[in-house]
Amino acid sequence: MPRLTEQQAAAYWKRNLALMAKLLVIWFVVSFGCGILFVDALNQIQIGGYKLGFWFAQQGSIYVFVALIFYYTRRMTALDREFGVDEDQGA
Amino acid sequence: MDLRTLSYIVVGSTFALYIGIAIWSRAGSTKDFYVAGGGVHPVANGMATAADWMSAASFISMAGMIAFMGYGGSVFLMGWTGGFVILAMLLAPYLRKYGKFTVPEFIGDRFYSRSARAVAVICLIICSVTYVIGQMKGVGVAFSRFLEVEYDTGLYVGMIIVFFYAVLGGMKGITYTQIAQYCVLILAYTIPAVFISLQLTGNPIPQLGLGSAMAGTDTYLLDRLDQVVTELGFDRYTTHERLSTLNMFAYTASLMIGTAGLPHVIIRFFTVPKVKDARSSAGWALVFIAILYTTAPAVAGMARLNLMQTIEPQPGNYLAYEERPQWFSNWEKTGLLAFEDKNADGLIQYSANAGTNEMVTVDNDIIVLANPEIARLPNWVIALVAAGGLAAALSTAAGLLLAISSSISHDLLKGMIAPDISEKAELMASRIAMAVAIVGAGYLGLHPPGFAAGTVALAFGLAASSIFPALMMGIFSKAVTREGAIAGMVAGIGVTLLYVFQHKGIMFMPGTAFLGDSPENWFLGIEPNAFGVVGAIVNFTVAFAVSRVTAQPPASVRELVENIRVPAGASAARDH
Repeated sequence: MPRLTEQQAAAYWKRNLALMAKLLVIWFVVSFGCGILFVDALNQIQIGGYKLGFWFAQQGSIYVFVALIFYYTRRMTALDREFGVDEDQGA
Repeated sequence: MDLRTLSYIVVGSTFALYIGIAIWSRAGSTKDFYVAGGGVHPVANGMATAADWMSAASFISMAGMIAFMGYGGSVFLMGWTGGFVILAMLLAPYLRKYGKFTVPEFIGDRFYSRSARAVAVICLIICSVTYVIGQMKGVGVAFSRFLEVEYDTGLYVGMIIVFFYAVLGGMKGITYTQIAQYCVLILAYTIPAVFISLQLTGNPIPQLGLGSAMAGTDTYLLDRLDQVVTELGFDRYTTHERLSTLNMFAYTASLMIGTAGLPHVIIRFFTVPKVKDARSSAGWALVFIAILYTTAPAVAGMARLNLMQTIEPQPGNYLAYEERPQWFSNWEKTGLLAFEDKNADGLIQYSANAGTNEMVTVDNDIIVLANPEIARLPNWVIALVAAGGLAAALSTAAGLLLAISSSISHDLLKGMIAPDISEKAELMASRIAMAVAIVGAGYLGLHPPGFAAGTVALAFGLAASSIFPALMMGIFSKAVTREGAIAGMVAGIGVTLLYVFQHKGIMFMPGTAFLGDSPENWFLGIEPNAFGVVGAIVNFTVAFAVSRVTAQPPASVRELVENIRVPAGASAARDH
C-alpha cells in the first residue's frame, strides 16, 4: 500500500479543508443566510406562490444540502485518486 | 372492512415482516452485532439511517409544529437536515476510517484516556436515554390511538417486537428492519400528502403544490393561508418568526450540530465498507430524509388551511358544533381536539385571542394523524399512517438502544472492566445489555419521569454540547489533550443542563426552576432547547484553554489523527 510522505499528507489535507470551507460557506448562506438572516429581503421576491426567503427556509436549503454532500463525495473521490489514497487501488 | 380491522391487518403484516427479517438476519459475531458485519451498501445504509434518524417526532409531530408556527417551524426543517452536511464532511469519513465499533471508543483512543471514554459513555447514555423515552411514548400513543388498545399494552407489544430483532440481530437485524421501516413510513407519509395536494391545488407533487394556486382559482395557496390565519388574529403564516432572529439562528445551529453528534446516527456510518461509502451514504441518507422533510411543510400548510376552512368555511361564518364532521368527534375522544362553547351560540369560534377562542385544544399531532380523515381518504390510507408512525418510533428506538447497549458491553465491560473477555462472551453480554436496555426503556415509557416532556429537544442540546465538539477536536486538532477534552465535555454538557434546569426546573420538576421560564430571563433571549450551540462554544473554549496548559498528546495520538484523515488502508471495522 502506498504511503504518503508527510508533505503529501499535508497537501491532501489542505485541499480537503479548502473544499470543505468552500462548501460550508454555501451551506451557511442557504440556511442561516437565505433562510434566517436575509429572509425578509428575499421575501420581497416571489416565485410562483412561494416567497423566496420562505422557500429557502422550508424547501431550498434542503435541496442544496443534498447537492453539497454529493458534490463533496465526487470531488473527494477524485482527490483520493490524485493522491493515490483511493481505497480501490490502495488497500 | 372497518377501520379497526384494517389497521390490525396492516400493522400486523408490517410486524410479521420485521420478525421475519429478525430471524433471517441473526448476528453471528460481535462485528455483526455492533456494525452489521461492516458490509452494508451505502444506499441501503442511507435508507436505514433515514429510518434511524426520523423518529416519532419527525413523523407525527413535525408537520404539526410547522402548521402552527408557520415560518418559525423552519428551524426544525433546516436544523434536522443541515446536520447531515456536517456529518458527511466533518465526521463520518474519519470515524469510518478509524474503523472501530463505538463513539466513546474513538474518544478514548484519541484522548488516550479511559476517563475520557467513560465521560463519553455517560454523555452518550444521557443523550440516548432522554431520546428513547420519547420513542417509547410514541409507540404507546400510536397503538392507543389507532388500534384502540391500552397505552401500556401497546408499549409491551412494541418492546417485544424490538426485543426480537435487536437482541437476535443487533446492528445487523436493526439495519435490515430499518430499511423495511423506511419504506413503510415514507409511503405512509407521502400518499396522504399527494392526495391532499391534488385536492387543494390539482398538483400531485406536494412540494410544488404548496407554491401553486388553489384549484380552480388564481389565488396562491400560501396567500390564502396567510389571509385566513390573519383574519382570525394569528400572525402571518409565511413570516411568523420563532421569538427572534437570534433565537432561530441558535435553535437551527443547535439542531444541526446535535444531529451530527448523536451517537446512534454516527454508528450507522461504521457499517459501510469504505470511507468513500461513508461520504456518499450520508448523501443518500439525506435524500431519503429530504423526501419526508420537503413534504412536511406542504402537509403542514395544507392541513392547517383545511382545518381552518372546515371550522370557518366563509369569513365570519363559523361551523356549528352539531354539524362537525366525523373526524372532529373521533379526535375529540382522544383529547387532541377540544371545544368549549364559551359564548354558548353552538358555533365553533376559532381565534388567536385566548379569551374568545373556543378551540381550546388543537394538538400539534392532529395535523399528521387526522390528515387522511380531514382529506376524506379511504380507510387503508389511515391504517397505513398508523403503521408508518409505529415504524418511525420503533426504528429510532432500536437504533438508540443499540448505541446504549454497545457502549455498555463494548466500552464499559470489554473496554474497562473485563478486557480479556472472549468474543463469544462479549456477544452474549451485548445481547444481555440490549435486553436490559429494552426493559429499562420500556419502564421509562410506562412511568415517564417529569422531564419526559421536553426530552427529544433536550437530547440534541446535550449531544451538541458534549459529543460533537469532542469528535471535531479529535479529528481536526492534534493539540487538544486528554485533560482539555474531558474538561470541555463536562463544561459543555454541564452548562447546557444548568441552563435547561434553571429555566425548566431541576430534572424538570415543577417549582424548581430557580430562574423563571420566560423570554426576559433567557440569556440573549435564547430558549432552553436552543442552548446546545452555546454549550458547544463553551466546550470548545474550555478544551482549547486547558490544552494549552497541559502536556502535549503523545506521538502515537498524532499518528492516529494523521491516519484517520486519509482513506487508503481503511480496513473493515475491526476489533482491537
